Amino acid sequence: MTEPLGPGVADAPTGGWRTATVAGVRRPVARSVQLRLDVADRVAHLPGQHYVVRLTAPDGYTAQRSYSVASAPGDPLLELFVERLDDGEVSTHLADVVEPGDVLEVRGPIGGWFVWDTGSPALLVAGGSGVVPFVSMLRTARALGRTELLRTVVSVRTVDLLPYADELLAAGALVVTTREPRGIRPAGRLTAADLVPLWEPGQTVYVCGSASFAGAATRLLETLGIPAAGIRVEQFGPSG
Amino acid sequence: MPTPTRGFLGRRRDRDPRLPPGQYDVGADWPVLTAEPTPRITPETWSITVDGQVEQPTTWSWDDVHRLPPSEYRGDIHCVTTWSKFDTRFSGVSVDTLLDAARPTAEAQFVMATSKTGYTTNLPLADVTGGRAWLVWDFDGRPLTPEHGGPVRLLVPHLYFWKSAKWISKLTLLRRDQPGFWEQNGYHDRGDPWRQQRYQGD
Repeated sequence: MTEPLGPGVADAPTGGWRTATVAGVRRPVARSVQLRLDVADRVAHLPGQHYVVRLTAPDGYTAQRSYSVASAPGDPLLELFVERLDDGEVSTHLADVVEPGDVLEVRGPIGGWFVWDTGSPALLVAGGSGVVPFVSMLRTARALGRTELLRTVVSVRTVDLLPYADELLAAGALVVTTREPRGIRPAGRLTAADLVPLWEPGQTVYVCGSASFAGAATRLLETLGIPAAGIRVEQFGPSG
Repeated sequence: MPTPTRGFLGRRRDRDPRLPPGQYDVGADWPVLTAEPTPRITPETWSITVDGQVEQPTTWSWDDVHRLPPSEYRGDIHCVTTWSKFDTRFSGVSVDTLLDAARPTAEAQFVMATSKTGYTTNLPLADVTGGRAWLVWDFDGRPLTPEHGGPVRLLVPHLYFWKSAKWISKLTLLRRDQPGFWEQNGYHDRGDPWRQQRYQGD
């Protein structure tokens, strides 16, 4: 029998509903938005945790969705990065309507599984905007002077679609592109050859991306002999 | 009522009464959400064990469960990530049928469901009895795919869907409640979508 999956980290912080004032709105890549929020009485998160954003219509109707945090815990503001889905009820509002000074209801931090404990070695494997929780991990590692603990690979169609591309490249992340060549690497999906140089025994592997990316990446990791028990997965789909 | 969000009207003005609060209709999609790699389990190697506070701990193979009286669920499912899916059809066997054979003791009050991956989720016994929980292997008349928990998953459709453990392998009856996987990671112990019991403290 497989060992039971336990908490990702013990006693991960949890916060209730808070009022957030939008301090900054940027659209660094197409079809997405980066929100900087000033959250009253904010509970410090661990990198990898998420927040819920709730929107309320004048008649009391509400819609809420979860978004990964990109900021490090020490950042005075909470940074969320939201991919705009054409049929998304919440993401379209955040991407198209929200402006500085707006007030949003947020709840968090939430989650104890897809969380980096800030002291253990980890391999971070992202598909596209699945990189957001890893940005928080990399920023946290930089703040703590522990950047050697994290190895990062990101798969994206083209570099101009990658959120936080400059920051990721500066942090030493491997960026593989599926629709354009990169250096001597031809365009193509993530392969074993991409992962092998990044893998070290003792790493926990974090995989974040679409369901199809996460499925393909975890199968690839398992073919390399990485035990399933050391792989944590977070998937997102057309739910925004 | 919270203050309205500037500029937000919301899309769905004719809200389907089948939608619990805070949920939306995902339509034909069925999002896949798991915390661990999808295991490849063949029907031949799958089994379900009912143990713990029971008179007769019992294990059924794939063939064994198919010899039990079939049972079907037709209705809606609700995920804590806020999607709901209407008019699903799952078939398998009622958890009542397994418990009738294993015979819970008088002390049994809770159930820990365990998956082949080590995933666990806890439930009050009352939530898996009385025709409210199933072990299912078909969805809409087709074998349940590995991504959705195949070959066999637990189905407890009146609770948020993380309670419907994929790749189910064991139901352990307990005297006292213990938190399962998501329940140790910030999520609610019961998970009733009509009460929005999403996270610990709701």
